[in-house]
Amino acid sequence: MIYLTKITVNLITGRTIQQGVSMEAGKEKEDYMKSCGIIELDAADIAQLGIWKNSNVRVSSDFGTVVVKAIPTTQGPHPGLAWIPMGPWANMVVDTNTYSTGMPTFKGTRVTVEPAENEKVLSSIDLVLVACGDKE
Amino acid sequence: MTKLVTDIICPFCGTLCDDIEVEVSDDGKQILKVMNACAIGAEKFLHAQSPDRIVRPRMKQEDGSWKEVTYDEAAQYTAKILCDAKKPLMYGWSSTSCEAQATGHMIAELVGGIVDNTATVCHGPSLIAVHDVGIPSCTLGEVKNRADRVIFWGCNPAHAHPRHMSRYSIFSRGFFTTKGSKSRKVIVVDPRPTDTASVADYHVQVEQGRDYELLDAMRVALQEGPLPETVAGVPKEKIYELARLLKSGRFVTIFFGMGVTHSLGKNHNIDIAIALTSDLNKYTKAAIIPMRGHYNVTGSGQVLGWQFGFPFCVDLSRGFARYNPGESSANDLLMRGEVDASFVIGSDPGSHFPFKSVKKIHDLPSVCIDPHMTPTVAVSKCHVPVALVGIEIGGSCYRMDNVPIESRKVVDPPAGMLTDGEFLELVLAEVKRIKGVAA
Repeated sequence: MIYLTKITVNLITGRTIQQGVSMEAGKEKEDYMKSCGIIELDAADIAQLGIWKNSNVRVSSDFGTVVVKAIPTTQGPHPGLAWIPMGPWANMVVDTNTYSTGMPTFKGTRVTVEPAENEKVLSSIDLVLVACGDKE
Repeated sequence: MTKLVTDIICPFCGTLCDDIEVEVSDDGKQILKVMNACAIGAEKFLHAQSPDRIVRPRMKQEDGSWKEVTYDEAAQYTAKILCDAKKPLMYGWSSTSCEAQATGHMIAELVGGIVDNTATVCHGPSLIAVHDVGIPSCTLGEVKNRADRVIFWGCNPAHAHPRHMSRYSIFSRGFFTTKGSKSRKVIVVDPRPTDTASVADYHVQVEQGRDYELLDAMRVALQEGPLPETVAGVPKEKIYELARLLKSGRFVTIFFGMGVTHSLGKNHNIDIAIALTSDLNKYTKAAIIPMRGHYNVTGSGQVLGWQFGFPFCVDLSRGFARYNPGESSANDLLMRGEVDASFVIGSDPGSHFPFKSVKKIHDLPSVCIDPHMTPTVAVSKCHVPVALVGIEIGGSCYRMDNVPIESRKVVDPPAGMLTDGEFLELVLAEVKRIKGVAA
């Protein structure tokens, strides 16, 4: 089988119970990163990309880029659709357009996913501080 | 001897469960056990007891480290940045009480601020749709006692409102729904087969972002009009079947969530969902309810509504209330660089706004009023920790169906910690002093 170096998927974001619990337990803690610094991909999309499950990937869109851990979907199948729980990781790449409603387009962002096994998933605090230029 | 405090309101989601029981230590200072709450609600109570909790206000130094300050100093800084700004953004409000919101709005009026709440990234489009077409709605009590057809459209209560299904919408037994889930037909419309879909009778796997088309097709199907072979990835036979199923019910309730408000179409998706609900009322009784997220985001809309006439995106910078989502909404203002100070209370835009907005908060004079460490705190210049509403102080909250409920105090806050209402009073007094307004 020939694996693709990069796949394009439709990204949606939202709540998960793990996101809620870890958020209430402390957003600076590792659990929050483990719950939300992930992308849920359909088994078919993981196979196409030729990555091991639970390995890091880089997700990029016209609006930004972020490194998260790729895991098999927990509420699937949904080929071609990817899920990052709501949080700072998802918000690095979501469509910022509000189309005069005030609401950014949190669901339906075209993103590319590529392997990034040697890159690190940052904690929520480090993620925003590094992106703001306050931390290296 | 431990004490059991009963009938506590859970301050997590808009379901506002009112049957939480908490075991507290003999001296009433320590929460030992939380009962009846969902995993998220229980964690919120327990995190209040965290030994690493930040208990004093602090200012960020040049080198990025934090320096502890007094509440008075924090209030002076907050009042100064609000008074110095031409157009300060005062965002959040959804995790605090209606009383604190009202005090905050007095500050906003004096400084000419823009008051926006978390509806702006949640059910803002729903509020716009309600302005357009109204809303035939009901309370959760009516859903529990009457609803025999329940639709969850673009929402996943199994994850976001974990006790909603057991208290009101699927499993609960009511006056006319004596057999619980057997009394109801449950439909989930979602692009993913979610955990909520796994307990439903029907899962309709709509193509992401095509909710409008499917809702429109449902309206056609109610009248047995012609449809193409598939709409939004759903075969027409299934759409007709669902339409007949809804018409055969005695009481239909549509719950909708971020699946429709976050996707393209936004307020128009809600427009047509409400229109479908109106159409259904020609055949049976039907109501529609937004699944509100924060426990008091509905309350923020209520308080802004009765004070200024608009439920979010209220611009007071011209000395009177204006409302124009897209112009006076937090993300648009931040991304366009149209505000010159950031005041955040009872929410975490650092986590839940697109990063482009977060960077703007980082670049502005900023204060964040939040009990815990969050990405918003990390990018703000001043952090003011306060007591948790619903755990360490009571206050009025509004449930997702607009029913007001008084939350209760369970334990004392850490010694010397102010509530957000008390801190806002300090800021209000300082703003009045700076502006020369009589106290």
